[in-house]
Amino acid sequence: MPHPLERRVLFRHVDEPGYTPDLDCYLRNGGYETLKKAVTRAPADLIEEVKKSGLRGRGGAGFPTGVKWSLVDRKSGKPIYLIVNCDESEPGTFKDRYLVHQDPHQLIEGIMITCFANNVKQAYIYIRGEFPHGARILEKAIAEARAKNFVGPNILGTGYSCEIYVHRGAGAYICGEETGLIESIEGKRPYPRIKPPFFPAVLGLYQCPTIVNNVETLCHVRHIVEMGGEAYAKVGTPNNSGTRLIGVSGLVQRPGYYEIESGKITLGQLLHDICGGPLPGRTFKAIIPGGSSAKILRWGETFKIKQKDGSTVEWSVADIPMDFDSFAACGTMGGSGGVIVMDDSVSMVEALANVIAFYAHESCGQCTPCREGSQWIKKITARMVHGEARTEDAPLLKSIADQICGRTVCPMGESSAWPTQSYVAKFQDEFTQYEQIKKTRPAGAPKLI
Amino acid sequence: MNLKPATLSRIDEVITHYPVKRSAVLPLLHLIQEEQGYLSKDAIEWVATKLELAPINVLEVATFYPMFRMEPVGRRHIKVCRTLSCALRGGYQICAEFEKQFGIHRGQTTPDGEVTLDFVECLASCGSGPVVMINDDLHEHVDAARAVALADQIKAEAKARN
Repeated sequence: MPHPLERRVLFRHVDEPGYTPDLDCYLRNGGYETLKKAVTRAPADLIEEVKKSGLRGRGGAGFPTGVKWSLVDRKSGKPIYLIVNCDESEPGTFKDRYLVHQDPHQLIEGIMITCFANNVKQAYIYIRGEFPHGARILEKAIAEARAKNFVGPNILGTGYSCEIYVHRGAGAYICGEETGLIESIEGKRPYPRIKPPFFPAVLGLYQCPTIVNNVETLCHVRHIVEMGGEAYAKVGTPNNSGTRLIGVSGLVQRPGYYEIESGKITLGQLLHDICGGPLPGRTFKAIIPGGSSAKILRWGETFKIKQKDGSTVEWSVADIPMDFDSFAACGTMGGSGGVIVMDDSVSMVEALANVIAFYAHESCGQCTPCREGSQWIKKITARMVHGEARTEDAPLLKSIADQICGRTVCPMGESSAWPTQSYVAKFQDEFTQYEQIKKTRPAGAPKLI
Repeated sequence: MNLKPATLSRIDEVITHYPVKRSAVLPLLHLIQEEQGYLSKDAIEWVATKLELAPINVLEVATFYPMFRMEPVGRRHIKVCRTLSCALRGGYQICAEFEKQFGIHRGQTTPDGEVTLDFVECLASCGSGPVVMINDDLHEHVDAARAVALADQIKAEAKARN
């Protein structure tokens, strides 16, 4: 049963007894009715609905979806592609897994509405290689939808045709970055492309205009067109409309996946009321709010936030509303909705060593600051953990991170730099006195490296 | 290269999904690895010929992506998630338990070729960690007892086969 503080829209059938991922079940629950209506409307109207809804992309950046669609070059005469980003690889993020495995037709309906609105004739779903069952479920669902004429030639007798193919990745995090993903579909190493000039809306897949949207974003599109953009905009809070899928993991009583109205509950309500608070005998220490590349929040720090009326309020970490703008105001990001919880048993040096081992492994190697910098941070933190911490390590780590930021083709440089900068700045003591603090940790501390 | 007729027909079909043949590199490598267990030098050259590419264009892709293997692995490939959320819940201990159960270190294969054990990065099931993938199947909330049970099952199946 969903928690009373939740509002399930995309997840309304997830874990529902008797709900199956096949077409018949979806049709019994009103499936594809929205698509049937959508194809009778003018495509420009559908784009307008999405603009009115205020929907912001759920992959991490929070860019307005309607604006993204309106940037597409429609004068070039080239085909327009849609790529569905189902690479779901930011550590802490595990929402799309359930949308794909349990309700694949919701996604396909969202894809087809988006394709019709944008005159897309070919869509690719880029699904991470580690979801082999998910890829089969999607292929089966597409075949079922094609048999009922929701996908393929002359959709529902409109004369409009569109095909969807599933394209499997093979374990590389960088393919979640949209231009790296495009290179991957082109059959190459997924080295991200530099912007400008390679904005996907103009020069994307095969140098054609391309829309890259996250799985969750496209599922929202289906509900926006059903409800109407204005009605959807009333869900959540202004500029942060709609619901959000949140994944909570780490050291909390009830980790799991939840759906909330954006900005309507706080991080404290999420962690205490929905997730049941810290493990017995432990206290919260640090929270990553939006995937492991987000800057960390230290439990106990406060933020002075200027409000629209000019007054200032003070927020604790627990007071932060769960939305893009509030996390940004606190110097971090809501990102992909992946909340990772650490308690007083965790050493922040070891946590950073774990996180940076991921980014060092996943750096594509194209840009020197990211490739070398992430390896240096990995080596320094590993050395610290193995009993050779030095007094200059904290400033050294900060210096390396500062030299990565802003000097790479894609935002993966920041994915190494932001954790490093924020862990060192907010937990300076742990980095300068690692050996002493290590001795004071409670029993049962997890091994992180 | 001796590929099954079913694999060959899937290969021909998947190439039609793309306006540019080169895009079929990843799908072809997946299909061949699924049948043969790894990607041999012959496989790389076969894909290159099939897609009218230089072999290096295929090799550079095969060696970039962690899921493609240039060497055979065990019949069971155990992949333990190493990344933060699973580690906070005991991922390292689970990997150590599998090492103990099979008498190998991570990165190794048992001498009988039954089991390969690896640490892998985030499997996107962070809320149910620690998680382990064994071939295509995900196992959630794997504690030490569950790791022992999974290992026992693998050992029993291997014994039944031999």
